[in-house]
Amino acid sequence: MSGHDHGDDGVSRRKVLECMTWAGTGVLWTITGGVPRSLGIIDSAQAATATAPGMTFLQISDSHVGFDKPANPNALGTLEEAVNKINAMPAKPSFMIHTGDITHLSKAAEFDNADRIISQTKLDVHYVPGEHDFLDEEVKFYRERYGRGTKGAGWYSFDAGGVHFIGLVNVVDLKAGGLGNLGAEQLAWLEDDLRGKSKSTPIVLFAHIPLWTVYPEWGWGTEDGGRALERVKGFGSVTVLNGHIHQVMQKVEGNVTFHTARSTAFPQPAPGAAPSPGPMKVEDARLRGMLGVASINFKQNEQRLAIIDTPLQG
Amino acid sequence: MKTLNRRDFGVAVAAAILLPATTARADDMEVHIDNFVFQPAELKIKLGTTVTWTNRDDIPHTIVSAGKFRSKTLDTDDKFSFTFTNAGDYKYFCSLHPHMTGMIKVE
Repeated sequence: MSGHDHGDDGVSRRKVLECMTWAGTGVLWTITGGVPRSLGIIDSAQAATATAPGMTFLQISDSHVGFDKPANPNALGTLEEAVNKINAMPAKPSFMIHTGDITHLSKAAEFDNADRIISQTKLDVHYVPGEHDFLDEEVKFYRERYGRGTKGAGWYSFDAGGVHFIGLVNVVDLKAGGLGNLGAEQLAWLEDDLRGKSKSTPIVLFAHIPLWTVYPEWGWGTEDGGRALERVKGFGSVTVLNGHIHQVMQKVEGNVTFHTARSTAFPQPAPGAAPSPGPMKVEDARLRGMLGVASINFKQNEQRLAIIDTPLQG
Repeated sequence: MKTLNRRDFGVAVAAAILLPATTARADDMEVHIDNFVFQPAELKIKLGTTVTWTNRDDIPHTIVSAGKFRSKTLDTDDKFSFTFTNAGDYKYFCSLHPHMTGMIKVE
């Protein structure tokens, strides 16, 4: 698929989907002036050189440490493989974000094991929680470890490399029959956080459950996600990074790029492709091609962003 | 009237205690969670019935009825039971996957 280039005529939904089918082996995306172009298929060696220079950060998601069911009896082991892959990257990323479901059942030992492995990257990690990280009786283990300096259930923002990063929490206070939820307090904070920011500041929003509606029948969306997106509408470059659905999906709407990362633990089916969104058992030989991490690069002066999804294998 | 000896009296008392309990158990109801769905999604029961939910998914779930009952997180094959002592409609959902909803109607 090398040389597969969408040209300057923009990207139709069909073409984006067409590229998504190739994302399993790594597609380099660049965003120029809000228009994404696929630069074609790349292997991981090329990906590494393609990401320099500029600021590169990594997204890791859904490590589900403690998961031991047939879909992957050793989720800690595949997390370790992902970390080894990160450590082998020729250019060291600036930092990492983790988009939630660090653990499977919020046990203290699961958090400890996750941290023991992830800390081997020697990178700063900015976390947001998934619903699996708030399951302990007192809902304290996540907060004790990662909640320092955050607001509400754990939302916060920071600046790096000229980009404004906003970590949101959409996994608490969920309403019967509904989807993910941000809530009025967090939306008010978001508005406040963005006040006075130059519209040319690139924005990265990250949260566990997709902020866009992927498949409401399986709860893959955020009830008031649209209200968060309204608040970033005027910005020239907006990137929304999510997890939760354990597969790569990408959508572009105007100046906003939506992207979901693979899990390091187990794959989930494509929307509607199975009776439920539960863990998908695949042949052992295929598993590592469906797990992985994402690498995101900003070339500051060009306002250009590239997302590379790298599977553990393949 | 036959006089109960001490041994027979003991048996009679035991039967009196056990019988209602056995009857109540026969009325108890089960709800299974399979593929992120409560089955059956709606259940009609008599007052005093105990309903037991069993999570048969590889993913944890909860059973929450606002202001009425709330289970701990149920991992695979974990169970949660609740005895309904008031009539009415009890809507409930999984607080982790809120698209999962169910209803218990107590008559």
